[in-house]
Amino acid sequence: MNTIVQVEGLRKTYGAIAAVDDISFEVQEGEIFGMVGPNGAGKTTTIECLEGLRKPDSGTVRVLGVDPQREGQTLCLRVGMQLQQSNLPERMKVWEALDLYTSFYPKAVDWKELLVQLGLEEKRNAPFSKLSGGQKQRLFIALALLPDPQLIFLDELTTGLDPQARHAIWDLVRDVRARGKTVILSTHFMEEAEKLCDRVAILDLGRIVALDTPAALIHSLEAEQRVIFSLDGSLPPALEKALSMAGRLEVQGEQVTIHGKNGRKVPLVSEVVSLLTEQGINFRDLRTEQPTLEDVFLSLTGRKMRE
Amino acid sequence: MKSLLKMTWMETKLFLREPVSAFFTLIFPLVMLFIFGSIYGTQSVPGTDSTQGAIGTLIPAFTAMIIGMTGLMPVTITLATYRENGILRRLRTTPVSPLVVLAAQVMVVFVMTGLGVLLLAIAGKVVYHVQFDGNVFSMAGGFTLCSLSFFGIGFILAGVMPNARTAQIVAMVLLYPMLILSGAAWPRELMPAAVQKISAFLPLTYVVNLLRGLWVGESWGTHLLDVGVLVGMLLLGIIISVKTFRWE
Repeated sequence: MNTIVQVEGLRKTYGAIAAVDDISFEVQEGEIFGMVGPNGAGKTTTIECLEGLRKPDSGTVRVLGVDPQREGQTLCLRVGMQLQQSNLPERMKVWEALDLYTSFYPKAVDWKELLVQLGLEEKRNAPFSKLSGGQKQRLFIALALLPDPQLIFLDELTTGLDPQARHAIWDLVRDVRARGKTVILSTHFMEEAEKLCDRVAILDLGRIVALDTPAALIHSLEAEQRVIFSLDGSLPPALEKALSMAGRLEVQGEQVTIHGKNGRKVPLVSEVVSLLTEQGINFRDLRTEQPTLEDVFLSLTGRKMRE
Repeated sequence: MKSLLKMTWMETKLFLREPVSAFFTLIFPLVMLFIFGSIYGTQSVPGTDSTQGAIGTLIPAFTAMIIGMTGLMPVTITLATYRENGILRRLRTTPVSPLVVLAAQVMVVFVMTGLGVLLLAIAGKVVYHVQFDGNVFSMAGGFTLCSLSFFGIGFILAGVMPNARTAQIVAMVLLYPMLILSGAAWPRELMPAAVQKISAFLPLTYVVNLLRGLWVGESWGTHLLDVGVLVGMLLLGIIISVKTFRWE
């Protein structure tokens, strides 16, 4: 696999504040690479250094093999960018924006196809100001895809969108990757990073505190997973004894919770279910709760992510 | 080149969709013409040495008014708003050159100003049978010089002011007294002599002088001071607006 982005010791300060403090990572071709962290963690600054919009104070950055500061002009033909704070004129219509931006590139894909792919066909003649947040973001993705880029940056793509629009955008991002493009995105939604990204860098105060696949990050936490179910009546003593072998037991009325360590040989849930069936116990509402990236962030920084 | 044409056409459509700027450029001067036309008709304005009727004096003056308004308002507001709202930021991520962005603005406002002046001249001709003693090409040249030097002021304001709101307020504060005192909104001769002296410090005065002169057929040579001031403004405008251009 080819390395698309290489960052080595990137640093950027604003006054006395280090927005990005010695960050290094690589992104491989075809990945959805996520940067996640609270506001002010340095996600946008990092992305803007990669896009060539900001000049790093020190460190080296290579995007598609070139330095974005020196060869920004050639890079913008091969890279699509969606920015956190950008706009189009209020009265510009959707098709006009695509048509105009097409004229900036020597070779661009057919915007009429993008319009269909991104589900904007009905909004073709709508002015920018009349679009919903999700529609605006879809238009920005379409603009970013115009040069048929190898790499696409999506900065805080779903901030301010309702959950339904957010899920629709996730599907689009997966589509983009399926077309062979590499995606680098930033988000402050842990759930988004977990569901969407192949690898995630967790940023806090300008540093990468962890970088791996979401599953590995969660696994490394050795956090507890929980199995919860309800019984009709009280817990039989034989079952109570057997369950406490599997993990820490907690009984609240009819509801039973078993806390078990992650990374066991037999998954906690199958152990619990087999005990229940062995003893012929009627149970209902059985569910498991896994630790999430949210828990990972909490255990790494000692703070909760806040939106 | 393709992007310049597309962008100019796009900006033209956006200009016409913005009711305020379209009104002040295209309609408002006509309204002024009809108001003053109904006051003075074909008589000359008291105090002017012009042998022409009031309308003959007013058309070049109103041309200056259109130039002043378009140079200060749409140019300043569009560019400052584009920067503040991140519209320029989005453009920056494409291969498009800042010169294309600036040139498209200049072309649109120039064409719209020209359209406003054309409507004014046609109305003057058809309704008031106004007399034109100048040379059409000379007049067009004067109009071009005046417009471009005034757009320069707009570009400078857009570049120097911290945000769109401030730029708009400063543009208005500069524009209104200038319209009144320079003789663009009504003949300067109607104002007291002391007030007329102030007008020497206003850039729009030189536009009024040059255009009124060219309208009655005076040569460029008799307006060297006006031309000098306007060329100076143009050069300054180009240099400063290119130097102060910021994407964000």
